[in-house]
Amino acid sequence: MPAPYDLNDDSVVVIVGSGAGGGTLGTQLALKGIDTVILEAGSRHETWDFINDEWDSFSQLAWKDKRRTSGDWRVSKDFPNLPAWIVKSVGGSTVHWAGASLRFQEHEFKTKTHYGELADANLLDWPIDLAEMEPWYAMAEDRMGVTRTNGIPGLPGNNNFKVMEAGAKKIGYKEVHTGRMAINSEPRDDRASCQQIGFCFQGCKSGAKWSTLVAEIPKGEATGKLEVRPDCMVLKIEHDASGKVTGVVYADKEGRQHLQKARVVSVAGNSIESPRLLLNSASSKFPDGLANSSGQVGRNYMRHTTGSVYGIFDKPVNMYRGTTMAGIVRDEARHDPSRGFVGGYEFETLSLGLPFMAAFLDPGKWGRDFSSAMDGYANMAGMWIVGEDMPRADNRVTLSDEKDEHGMPIPDVHFDDHENDTAMRNHAYKQGAAIYDAVGAVRTIETPPYPSTHNLGTNRMSEKPEDGVVNRFGQAHDVPNLFVSDGSQFTTGAAENPTLTIVALALRQADHIAGRMGKGEL
Amino acid sequence: MAKTLLALDRRGFVKAAAGLLAMTVMPSGLVVGNAWAQMPRSTKPETFVTLVQMSRDCYPHEAVTDPYYANAVNVLDEAARSSEADLALLEDGVAKLDAAAREKGGTDYKSLPNEADRVAILEALGEADPFFQKVRSNLVVGLYNQKNLWPIFGYEGASADKGGYIERGFDDIDWV
Repeated sequence: MPAPYDLNDDSVVVIVGSGAGGGTLGTQLALKGIDTVILEAGSRHETWDFINDEWDSFSQLAWKDKRRTSGDWRVSKDFPNLPAWIVKSVGGSTVHWAGASLRFQEHEFKTKTHYGELADANLLDWPIDLAEMEPWYAMAEDRMGVTRTNGIPGLPGNNNFKVMEAGAKKIGYKEVHTGRMAINSEPRDDRASCQQIGFCFQGCKSGAKWSTLVAEIPKGEATGKLEVRPDCMVLKIEHDASGKVTGVVYADKEGRQHLQKARVVSVAGNSIESPRLLLNSASSKFPDGLANSSGQVGRNYMRHTTGSVYGIFDKPVNMYRGTTMAGIVRDEARHDPSRGFVGGYEFETLSLGLPFMAAFLDPGKWGRDFSSAMDGYANMAGMWIVGEDMPRADNRVTLSDEKDEHGMPIPDVHFDDHENDTAMRNHAYKQGAAIYDAVGAVRTIETPPYPSTHNLGTNRMSEKPEDGVVNRFGQAHDVPNLFVSDGSQFTTGAAENPTLTIVALALRQADHIAGRMGKGEL
Repeated sequence: MAKTLLALDRRGFVKAAAGLLAMTVMPSGLVVGNAWAQMPRSTKPETFVTLVQMSRDCYPHEAVTDPYYANAVNVLDEAARSSEADLALLEDGVAKLDAAAREKGGTDYKSLPNEADRVAILEALGEADPFFQKVRSNLVVGLYNQKNLWPIFGYEGASADKGGYIERGFDDIDWV
């Protein structure tokens, strides 16, 4: 049957969320001939709707629904209702992402084995490994057009990269380049090449950056087997007496509630909303929340160990010109406990426009020290630290006692830095400053983590049902026709930006779901 | 801060700010310019001028002239037009600043000649003080998101409409 689908059509796969996981899975299933409905909480904004203005774009795209925070992370103090900077729009956070597409390293799938027992960390090996993922990574890289793979040249380096590259090489770093980016360096896949606009975070206006909005969903829709229904906020997943899921209840733009029946349900709402939905789907059969017999739903929330270093020079950099994430230093991504922490981190260039620099450089600060740094804006270079953080059972998403306009409890995001996170961040701050000092920085600034863009781990994958929420295919241990398809299934976070891995897992999961459906098992 | 950021209607702010561009706050505290007289306002003139001085003391930029700070203060003033609590917060807050200035031997906050003395008053007030929080956090967007202020800092704003920077200097530095 072609899209659109009837609410009572119980033959469809229903996917909650249209980002890297949901958008890719839905498209791939449709390409395989499977009837699929994606319910997206946000509206549909296309390439030509995007705005080259930080605050206006934030208003257009960001997930602004109220959330709560707790814990010792500074985000909770500075942005108590905005723990994450992610997107509520068709395409999810692939609209906002910068495009860095890195494979995990082998040891990062097996952290418990390699890092050992760490106090106050809930480490666990993934039930899959790099060898198993390699073909899926290769498929994802080809599909996304990742530079420095498949014969695709790297992007040219902008000013911000030139500064970081020169400094990094001066202090002896070797693996420094313009990254593996899902941004076209030459026309490909009916999309143009990068025009060095900047504003990658605000939605790419040239279409050069891969997103599910521009590069996946239209292909799925063209098959007639994919319906993307925007402005639909899923509130609850329903199940039958046998424990199989039967559909989802969602609120439309006017707040009216509907039940969409389903053969299979996939949850891909990002690592705050996905556990929120499962927890809110508690029933007499599943009193602690759907798929939560392990008690792990919402736990092990990870956000990457992040931070930024900005260097101010005596000459202009104009870092905002060109791709936001214009290059990478990978030398610290290795696991080398002699540095005083397990796991590793990447340096990636990052720039903010003046308005967001004012908001994020050092939130809450004022006076000459702050304003003199702002005076140096044109002469500033910037880099972002992204490293592996430790999963902790008490770093978690829970339902608060406050409800949203649909009567759904708003989520609370609790996060305390592990001492490993702090040690890594301090190491990275020092090395980042050394990079800029090596090329004559007159001042370097350590900027605290922004609201989280990499939200991970809250429905983690595990070999044993008692250790996690989903199995090696993202299928719930407790519910055979329920899947998780976003970064919440990550067992651990690795040092790499998560999108490539989310896409690779979604492609693999689509293969699995189609195979099982073909055999009549789903 | 998120609450402030999200609550702020930027379009409303820009509209309000446009009417104020002709205004200048003189170092003496005297406000001149046609727009000033035409603006409906809630705070007393002296209060408004003090808030402008306080805003500059929070984020002092030599290259930024008073009208930009006044545009930001006008966001607060406009909100106070429909909220007696907001108005009281501003008036009472300024009264506190002036009282502290008198303890230092001055006539009022805005007339204290040394920035260090004024900053000491703000520091004594404390960052958790609701009045201080209100004025300072408003500036994050109210000051730095004024498009015509961006060139002062060397920020060029939107670029897609100009074809990006691929032909306009994305890699033009030669000093590294």
